[in-house]
Amino acid sequence: MSLAVENLQVCYRTLHGDVNAVDGVTFEIADGEIAGLAGESGCGKTTLAKSLIRLDGRMRHITGRVALDGTELPIANDTAMNRFRFREVSLIPQYAQSALNPTRKIGRLTSELLRSRGVAYDEKLPELKRRLALVGLSADVLDRYPIELSGGMKQRVVMVLSTLLDPSLLIADELTSALDVSTQKAVAEMLVEFRDRGFVKSTIVITHDLAILNQIADTIIVMYAGKLVERGPAASIVHDPRHPYTRMLLGSLPEVGARFDEHRLKGIAGRPPSLLDPPAGCRFRDRCPLEFSKCAEQPPFVEFEPGRHAACWKVAA
Amino acid sequence: MLRLEGVTKEFKTGTFGGKRIAAVSDISFEIRPGEIVSLIGESGSGKTTIGKLVLRLADVTEGSITFGDQDVTRLDGHALRGYHASVQGVFQDPFSSYNPVFKADRVLDLIRRPYLPGLSADQWDERRRVSLESVGLDPATCLGKYPHQLSGGQLQRLLIARALMLDLKLLVADEIISMLDASTRIDVLNILGDLASRGLGVLFITHDLSLGHYISDRTVILRRGRVVELGATRTVFSDPRHAYTRMLLDSVPQLNAKWTTGRSLAESEPADEACGPLVEVSQGHFVASEAS
Repeated sequence: MSLAVENLQVCYRTLHGDVNAVDGVTFEIADGEIAGLAGESGCGKTTLAKSLIRLDGRMRHITGRVALDGTELPIANDTAMNRFRFREVSLIPQYAQSALNPTRKIGRLTSELLRSRGVAYDEKLPELKRRLALVGLSADVLDRYPIELSGGMKQRVVMVLSTLLDPSLLIADELTSALDVSTQKAVAEMLVEFRDRGFVKSTIVITHDLAILNQIADTIIVMYAGKLVERGPAASIVHDPRHPYTRMLLGSLPEVGARFDEHRLKGIAGRPPSLLDPPAGCRFRDRCPLEFSKCAEQPPFVEFEPGRHAACWKVAA
Repeated sequence: MLRLEGVTKEFKTGTFGGKRIAAVSDISFEIRPGEIVSLIGESGSGKTTIGKLVLRLADVTEGSITFGDQDVTRLDGHALRGYHASVQGVFQDPFSSYNPVFKADRVLDLIRRPYLPGLSADQWDERRRVSLESVGLDPATCLGKYPHQLSGGQLQRLLIARALMLDLKLLVADEIISMLDASTRIDVLNILGDLASRGLGVLFITHDLSLGHYISDRTVILRRGRVVELGATRTVFSDPRHAYTRMLLDSVPQLNAKWTTGRSLAESEPADEACGPLVEVSQGHFVASEAS
């Protein structure tokens, strides 16, 4: 078991009160697993990922524990987490452009990064060049400034840098969202390649795009309004979704193949509840066509079939 | 209804504007009433530039754009305002189209004086109600609210409703659903489909092939400012002839099929095929000839 998250609760402090962006989340990720974390904007997927590496000033850890390879991560303690960052837990941010220091050449940037972790740049250089070649970049990029690289190249540089110390857990936040379709495919396949070559043990891919996850993820976790709604193997989530939210979300995605005049797709009416003061019971209740009296009670996130979890009274029954 | 012929737009760059860069070159296609034409391309392909040229937010360098029997490129003053009464645009980011200080329905009032000065208060209210309802908005829930109280989908529909209050013939929809959540974007798309079946022409600009396929009647695939393939959406998607179109279609992540891998990481950047003149391969299906 590479990563185990137990009843994690993280909130944002705002002037109006605490916003429970991640509200009691429990899951595990196995060694070598690529887990996709999917959900719409504001569902808490980025907050969940951020809390695994660094809580920013507005965020507060309320309860729950996170263990990586059996060691508990001190996620509430910013300085104690430093030991784990980059070595054990690493992040690929959404915009590679803003991740690279524009005033440093890539090589110098890497050497500073490694020195901050007590690793000698010269020692890592052969491996760094080997990995750059693997993603189709020549060693020349080390002598270039970020501005001299294209968006796809920058994204690949960032991928190589974040995985240079072979972290146990890699978090890729909306990695492909800002890229063109052709680059998107190449970058997504690179994530799988990195896993296959053992550069990273397990990966969390955060995205709103379920179709991308269908291509690269082993398991998919679906979030809604700060809670997990469904988790299971990627193929079963995509082809046999059980939670009404997952079903309706998948039903609203236009695919190459669907056409307006032949098969009209439907969206989900309404909008997610405010997390400032979330309603009691199931949070999808207001938008759910299967809603019944029992939904006023929060359904537990249970395993209804081996390997498949969902939080819905209709599924568990 | 709207016809582009040999449209080229160049921008000046470099010191003293000495260099010229062609954002789009030699674009020709037309939009008929009740037809949705999707303009699909990756970033930098010039799709937004074409939208701007059609809306006269930018001037063409060469070529002509005609709307009915009007030459759009020469309109000014009163005639341009008349053109804007029948051709309107809706853009990508609904949140930046609104002034957060004012209530959201103020965007509707903005068009009243220039375009509909003769309406009485009752006529105005009635017209507003009809157009809000045609985009699936309830006037009671969206009037008198500030932008932050409405969702992205509602704001975007309010902008479409504003365009519909005019005697609209053509809507330029530039990435209008890219910023919306998956569960609500399809509703906005369906509205475009409904409006088109009532006779509105739509220029649907997108980078997302599946959206283009879902909604449009004809498709124009752009690459680096040139048309690589043009034809009925069904034909282009089921029988893509240009290597670039095929590459795009192969790269789209799908729910019912896995990617065929095999392309090595090193050659992930697509090769640069030359784009020659368009050749008609079948009825209404044009493909740029590939120099081999």
